Amino acid sequence: MDITLPLLILVIPLFMFLLLGLTGMKMSHRLAGTLGTLGMGTVLVLSYITAFTYFYSGAPEFITTAGERLQYTVFNVTWLQFTDSLVINLGFLLDPISAMMLIVIPTISFMVHLYSLGYMRDHHGVYEHGFQRFYAFLSLFSFSMLGLVVATNIFQMYIFWELVGASSYLLIGFYYKKPSAVSASKKAFIVTRFADLGFLIGILILSFYTGTFNFADLTSAPVDGIANVSQVSLTTAEGIKALFTNSPAPMFMGASVMTWALVLIFMGGMGKSAMMPLHIWLPDAMEGPTPVSALIHAATMVVAGVYLVARLFPLYLMETAALDIIVVVGALTAFYAAMVACTQVDIKRVLAFSTISQIAFMMVSLGVARPEFHHGLGYMAGMFHLFTHAMFKALLFLCAGALIHAIGSNDYTAMHGLRKYMPITHITFLIGCLAIAGIIPFAGFFSKDEILTACFGHSIVWYIWMSLVAGLTAFYMFRLYYLIFWWKEHKVEDPHHAPHDQPWTMTAPLVILAAISCVAGFVPFGNLVTWNGHPMFVNENGEMTSGFLTNLENLDWSVAGISLAVAIIAILIATAMYKKENPLPAKMKNALPALWDWCFHRFYWDELYQFITHKIIFGCICKPIAWFDRHIIDGSMDGLAYVTNKASEAIKGFQSGKVQMYVWFYLIGALLLGAITLICLI
Amino acid sequence: MESVGSIIMYVIIALSIIVFSVLTVTTRKILRSATYLLFTLFATAALYFKLDYEFLGAVQIAVYAGGIVVLFVFSILLTSHPGHSSEKLVSRKRVLGLTLAVATLVIAGYALISRCSVMFAKLPQMDNPSMQKIGETLMGTGNGEYLLPFEAISVLLLACIIGGVVVARKR
Amino acid sequence: MDITVIYYLVPSLIMFCCGVYGFVTRKNMIAMLISLELMLNSVDINFVVFNRFLFPNQLEGMFFTLFAIAIAAAETALAIAIIINIFRASKNIDATDVTKMKF
Repeated sequence: MDITLPLLILVIPLFMFLLLGLTGMKMSHRLAGTLGTLGMGTVLVLSYITAFTYFYSGAPEFITTAGERLQYTVFNVTWLQFTDSLVINLGFLLDPISAMMLIVIPTISFMVHLYSLGYMRDHHGVYEHGFQRFYAFLSLFSFSMLGLVVATNIFQMYIFWELVGASSYLLIGFYYKKPSAVSASKKAFIVTRFADLGFLIGILILSFYTGTFNFADLTSAPVDGIANVSQVSLTTAEGIKALFTNSPAPMFMGASVMTWALVLIFMGGMGKSAMMPLHIWLPDAMEGPTPVSALIHAATMVVAGVYLVARLFPLYLMETAALDIIVVVGALTAFYAAMVACTQVDIKRVLAFSTISQIAFMMVSLGVARPEFHHGLGYMAGMFHLFTHAMFKALLFLCAGALIHAIGSNDYTAMHGLRKYMPITHITFLIGCLAIAGIIPFAGFFSKDEILTACFGHSIVWYIWMSLVAGLTAFYMFRLYYLIFWWKEHKVEDPHHAPHDQPWTMTAPLVILAAISCVAGFVPFGNLVTWNGHPMFVNENGEMTSGFLTNLENLDWSVAGISLAVAIIAILIATAMYKKENPLPAKMKNALPALWDWCFHRFYWDELYQFITHKIIFGCICKPIAWFDRHIIDGSMDGLAYVTNKASEAIKGFQSGKVQMYVWFYLIGALLLGAITLICLI
Repeated sequence: MESVGSIIMYVIIALSIIVFSVLTVTTRKILRSATYLLFTLFATAALYFKLDYEFLGAVQIAVYAGGIVVLFVFSILLTSHPGHSSEKLVSRKRVLGLTLAVATLVIAGYALISRCSVMFAKLPQMDNPSMQKIGETLMGTGNGEYLLPFEAISVLLLACIIGGVVVARKR
Repeated sequence: MDITVIYYLVPSLIMFCCGVYGFVTRKNMIAMLISLELMLNSVDINFVVFNRFLFPNQLEGMFFTLFAIAIAAAETALAIAIIINIFRASKNIDATDVTKMKF
């Protein structure tokens, strides 16, 4: 494959960032926005070409004759060479998941670029302050995210990982005059940085034992005869494990070092993907502009953790303890976030907790994936859900943005009954809700069903648990839907200022994403993205079955039927409770006040962190340190200055300017020396 | 054993050196002080003659007595009124000065005496260094010859002339 | 009676002590300079005496004295220039009053 296209995919957003960042303030708002959007559009086209070439060209470097997909390193240049073995490369790796991300990221990013043209201005068409900066940061984010997914080695991934963190920080704090936005951006930055500490340590352990950063060396074996091509290989992963077990110190604190490394790496993923207990930054990150929430905090950046685990999946297979931890963390997070989402008032918060819950689904899916069960169905399901979730969650966020833009508030109590006023938003939001709830034939149904099947194959406990969470998902999404669009009639004081659908730049992305959400479920993902590249849907002759209904035909209806039933029941409950204004929700709330209270306050996680940081860390550790710093260290420095000052005052008189005194002292000194010399010589 | 004339010469020279030195620093009239210095310098020149360094004695008289003392006298006349005596010394200062002088005397004198083996060397025989030898030594570059210091001194003197002019010039 | 080295060194030492005393006690800068000349002169004598008595066949001490005299002349000329300049500025050449030179 030619190097130009992949290179351009990375270079264009970077160039746009530099252009808009350096000269944006000199441009008109419209020009800056158009340039950014066009740049992203170009990237979109190039990425589509690249990804489709990868998936469908059938070239020998992408797929074997047996239909196994390969990893192709487009380029891999040495960036930093510290020693012979410590080399950091920058490169571009094409494999099923990176090609899939090459579709997801530019699609959402382009939609958001387009959408922001309308969103980032008020009703009179006046652009937001810092509009050009916004587009510059969006480009920076797109660049970093693309760089992350195509990374050829874990260190490149880490670099871009930090870059997406930085651009996320910049975009959450976009309204930097708002104190809440500033503290939210700081919170996101600090929490994810804390998690990245674990990630970095994990990387260092891994590379220390294996002597390499390259994914190609960690998880796959080169394919004979074709340069730069490798295939995911358990043998390599076993070799890596052998490096650990044969090392002088294979165990650490009761677990193998490899488990530690993988769990620490997963900790970075926990921070980025807002897994409990490092999830607290994501709800607050909603202080950023809504398109940013759609792009970064719903569709792309927050799934980086999932992507990371998927990337190192063969290594995780070697240490199932780490996978079990992932499952537990994911399952708890999914349930927790779904519970909290049922009580939130701010629509963006509901969506944020929904995002946490859905990402947890992906994590669980990866955690339960085993090659023995349906060729690692969980892996494929997680990636599939990543794909569909990106589409419908971005759609939901953009709808929320349209609502917020029309109403001027994040609070659903200000919305109620908007269905007549904003029909397009209503329909697209409904599609998004159906998709996330898992109603056939929308996208979420298929991916979620695969996840539940994978859970079923792993353990019945997790299957029931995740089915429950799926039901909760349907419930809270439809609660939100009804509370926004139904509940009671919308009060309109002035007919001229009634809420209405937004301009085309905002509705077009909604419609496109809604369309994708309708059909994305039919993508035969099992033949495109699997953990080792083997196609999942094959007929008796071993040939790939493809076709529009492949997914449908391969459904396990015993699981799918149950999950569909759960979703429908949840929707019916939500309908009964929230369609019309009625006292039922209040009754429910009063029946279980404690539970409601805990959910509403997000199980007091923030308060717990506040307690730990302020009372324990600040109070018991930082205060003594501060005291030590102020009194001992500063004190000794002040003491030095004091002594010097006093000593200088005392000997100031010597510097009198009286030459004769100088001579007197000089001669006395000289004579003393002479006397000493004499005495010693005798 | 030296001749009696030589001893008498020595006594005169030594006494005048001591007496005039003391007078130089104790008189309260600055012009007299300069005059006593002149006598001290003459006595020193005499001492050089007595030690057979005639050229050095001549230089001592020409440069010190003829040049420096004249310079002193001129500057004294420029900066103070003739006949004006400086005020009496404060006793504290005198004590300081005396302490220092006596300490110097004691320590240096003790050093002199404790190194008696060298100190009682007799005057050896020496030919007067001829003018030719002095000239060759000054102009030579070999071992024990002084062309470089000679040149350095000449440059120093030049710099000194310029410096003197610049410093003393009226602005 | 032999006139040995010490007979010459003692007057020289006394001369030096006089110089020290004068330098420390006198206020007039020219007087201080005169005391300085005394000290220099006593050192010159020492050079010559040691040369004459210990190394009669060499001329090091003599030449050292020669250069010292030249340097003394230069130094005196410069010092007097400075003193005259100070006098011009403050109508006074007392060393105790010229303490501003320390800055």
